[in-house]
Amino acid sequence: MSKEPVAVTGIGQTAHAAARRDVSLAGLVREAARRALDDARLEWADIDAVVIGKAPDFFEGVMMPELYLADALGAVGKPMLRVHTAGSVGGSTALVAANLVAARIHRTVLTLAFEKQSESNAMWGLSLPIPFQQPLLAGAGGFFAPHVRAYIRRSGAPDTIGSLVAYKDRRNALKNPYAHLHEHDLTLEQVQASPMLWDPIRYSETCPSSDGACAMILTDRAGAARAPHPPAWVHGGAMRSEPTLFAGKDSVSPQAGKDCAADVYRQAGITDPRREIDAVEMYVPFSWYEPMWLENLGFAAEGEGWKLTESGVTGLDGDLPVNPSGGVLSTNPIGASGMLRFAEAALQVRGQAGDHQIDGARRALGHAYGGGAQFFSMWLVGTEPPPG
Amino acid sequence: MREVAIVAFGQSDHVRDSAQTSEVEMLMPVLHDVLRRTGLRTRDIGFTCSGSSDYLAGRAFSFTMALDGVGAWPPISESHVETDGAWALYEAWVKLLTGEADTALVYAYGKSSPGDLREVLTRQLDPYYLAPLWPDSVALAALQAQALIDAGRTDEAELAAIADRDRTAAAAHPHAQRRGPRPAGEYVVAPLRTGDCPPIGDGAAAVILAAGDTARRLAAAQGRRPAWIRGLDHRIEAHSLGVRDLTDSPSTRLAAERAGVFRRPVDTAELHAPFTSQEVVLRDALALDDTVRINPSGGAQAANPVMATGLIRLGEAADRIQRGDSDRALAHATSGPCLQQNLVAVLEGEA
Repeated sequence: MSKEPVAVTGIGQTAHAAARRDVSLAGLVREAARRALDDARLEWADIDAVVIGKAPDFFEGVMMPELYLADALGAVGKPMLRVHTAGSVGGSTALVAANLVAARIHRTVLTLAFEKQSESNAMWGLSLPIPFQQPLLAGAGGFFAPHVRAYIRRSGAPDTIGSLVAYKDRRNALKNPYAHLHEHDLTLEQVQASPMLWDPIRYSETCPSSDGACAMILTDRAGAARAPHPPAWVHGGAMRSEPTLFAGKDSVSPQAGKDCAADVYRQAGITDPRREIDAVEMYVPFSWYEPMWLENLGFAAEGEGWKLTESGVTGLDGDLPVNPSGGVLSTNPIGASGMLRFAEAALQVRGQAGDHQIDGARRALGHAYGGGAQFFSMWLVGTEPPPG
Repeated sequence: MREVAIVAFGQSDHVRDSAQTSEVEMLMPVLHDVLRRTGLRTRDIGFTCSGSSDYLAGRAFSFTMALDGVGAWPPISESHVETDGAWALYEAWVKLLTGEADTALVYAYGKSSPGDLREVLTRQLDPYYLAPLWPDSVALAALQAQALIDAGRTDEAELAAIADRDRTAAAAHPHAQRRGPRPAGEYVVAPLRTGDCPPIGDGAAAVILAAGDTARRLAAAQGRRPAWIRGLDHRIEAHSLGVRDLTDSPSTRLAAERAGVFRRPVDTAELHAPFTSQEVVLRDALALDDTVRINPSGGAQAANPVMATGLIRLGEAADRIQRGDSDRALAHATSGPCLQQNLVAVLEGEA
C-alpha cells in the first residue's frame, strides 16, 4: 500500500524577538498554532494529534514542557508526541508529524516547534560540562568556527564571503515582518567591521537568540481538497545522523548531510538540484554555512559553493535564492529554527511568502541541522501533488 | 495496515547507582544483546529511535553521547523523543507503517542516581503556577492515592497487596533492582508507604521492531515467535491536577479503545504504575479483571529507570508472547504527574 500524500495547508509563526515578555510559554506556542489554524481555516477540534519539538529543556528551565502545554495546544484527549533531535528538531518534528498522515494513522496533525530563549542563556545552556564527556565548548560558535576555518583553507574562498551572506540575509529579513532582526541601516562595511567573536565569525555573521514558535497543519488528500488556500505538497523528507566526533569525520561536509539530501532528491525525483529547485531555506546559523551547505546539498561542486554566493546566485533575484526569509541569521528560536525553514519553503511554493516571495517558485527545499553538524532533517515541497 | 512486531527485547541490570558507568557504557551491552539475538548489525537497521531526558542526565543534548554508542556510521536514519522510550517505539512503529523501513532499533535509558529524582521531577510541572511550589512526585501521587481511598476505591491493605505481588514476581527476575517481598514500611507521604513507591535507579532497555516477513524470519532465527503489535495509541490529559479527576484515567481508556484492547480479553497486562495506587486507577480504566495476570515482570516496583520503564513494559509483554507464555497481552506506559499521559499497546502471538 502506498503512502498517503501529505499536504501543508496551514502555516503560522509568531513575531520573533530577543524577549517576548508579553507572553508565557503557552501564549507563545498558542500564537503560532492559532495562526496556522486560521490559515487552514480549521478549529482545534479538527486536529487529530499534536507533534511538538524543541531543543534542550534547559533553555526554558522546564523539563518536558509539552506536558504543561497540552492544554494550550488543544491536545487534551489527543496523542501528543515530543521530539528532540538537537538543532534539527524543528525539521524532524515536521517529518514525524508528516509520517502520521503518510501512514494513515491520522488525517490532520498540528505540528509545532518553539524556543523561548530569553528564559535562560542559550550559550551556557549548551556548555554544561560533565566529567569524561566532550562538552560543546563555549556555545555553538566556538564549536563550529574551526570547521569554517577548515572550509576556507580547503576551498580557498576569499575571506569576505561570510560577510556577503550575512548582509544578504539581514537585507532579506527586512522583507519578512516576522523576522527578529530588522536592521534597516546595516551596511556591508559594518558587517565586515563588526567584532570578531570566533575567528573568522564576526558578530554580524552570527545568529541572534530569539523567542518564537512556528506551527504547521499537515493533512491528507481529502484535507487538502477542503483547504481554503493552495497547499504545499511534501515530495520527499528524510533524517540522517552520525556520531559527534570520530576519526575520519568530515566536519566541513558531513556524510550524513549528503546522504539525507540524496534520499530526499531520490524520493522527489530530483536529479539536478541546482536547476530543479527554485528556492532553498537552509539552516545557516553562522554566515559561512551557506557556501558549506551549498556544497553538502549538491547545489555546487566541492570547493565551489562560495562562488555561487559571491556571484549573487543565492540572492533574492538570483537563480537559486537561499533564505529569502532572512534565515537563521535573522531569526533563531533554536528549537523552532528548523521548522521555520520547512515552513518558509512551504510558503514559497504556496505563493504566500509576501514581500520575500520568489516568483514562480514550484519546488523548495527546507533544511535543518544540529548537534556537532551530525543531525540532519530535510524536506522538499512542491506546488503540485506528488505523482502516483 | 502493515504488520509490525517486536522481535527482540533486552535490558540492563537495574541498580541504585551506576556512577562507575556512563550512559553509553550502560546502553552498549543492551544494544549488542538485541542485535546479537536477531543477527542484525547496526547497518542493517532501517530506523533508530530513542527516548531519554536531559534533565536526568544534567546536560543538554545528552542523547548525542548515547548515539556514539549505537555506532551511527555510515550515517543512520534516526530520531529521538524527550520522554519515555515507549514513545520512541511509537515513532518507530509509525515509520515502519509508512513502509520507509522494515526494521527499527528502539532504546531508552535513564540515570536517576546523579540527582534527587523527586526534586528533578518537580521541574516537569507548570512553571508559573505549580513548579514554584516544588510539589514532588511522591507528594502528588499521594494526593491521588488519598483521593482513591476517600472515594472508597482502595485501602492501604490492597495497596500493600499490590506491592507484595509485584515484588514476589520480581524475585525471579534476573535484572530487577528490588527482589522479593518487603515490609510496607513507614509513610513516605501518607497514605503512600515506602512499599508503595518504586525503587530509584539507573537502567537501559532496547527493542527491535520488524515488519511482516522480516519479523517472522528474525523471530524464527531465535526459535521464537514475533510479538505482533495489533494496536498502539497514546493520549494526554490536562496538566493541572485541579481540573482532573485523579481517580480516573480517561486518556488510558481512550488509548485502549483505539488500540483495540476491549475487542477480546487479554491474558497479561504490563502496567507502568510507579505507585501502587496508580495500578488501581489503571486496572479500572482498562477493565482488567482477576483473570488477567498483571505485571509478571514485577512492574515498576521491580525496577524504575525513569525514561525506560515504559519501554520495558512493552518489552516484557512482548518477551512473554515470544516465549509462548502469553497469547494476547496489554502493555502500558505513562508520562507526567499522576498518569497525565498514557500509551497502550496490544500484542499478540501468531495464533
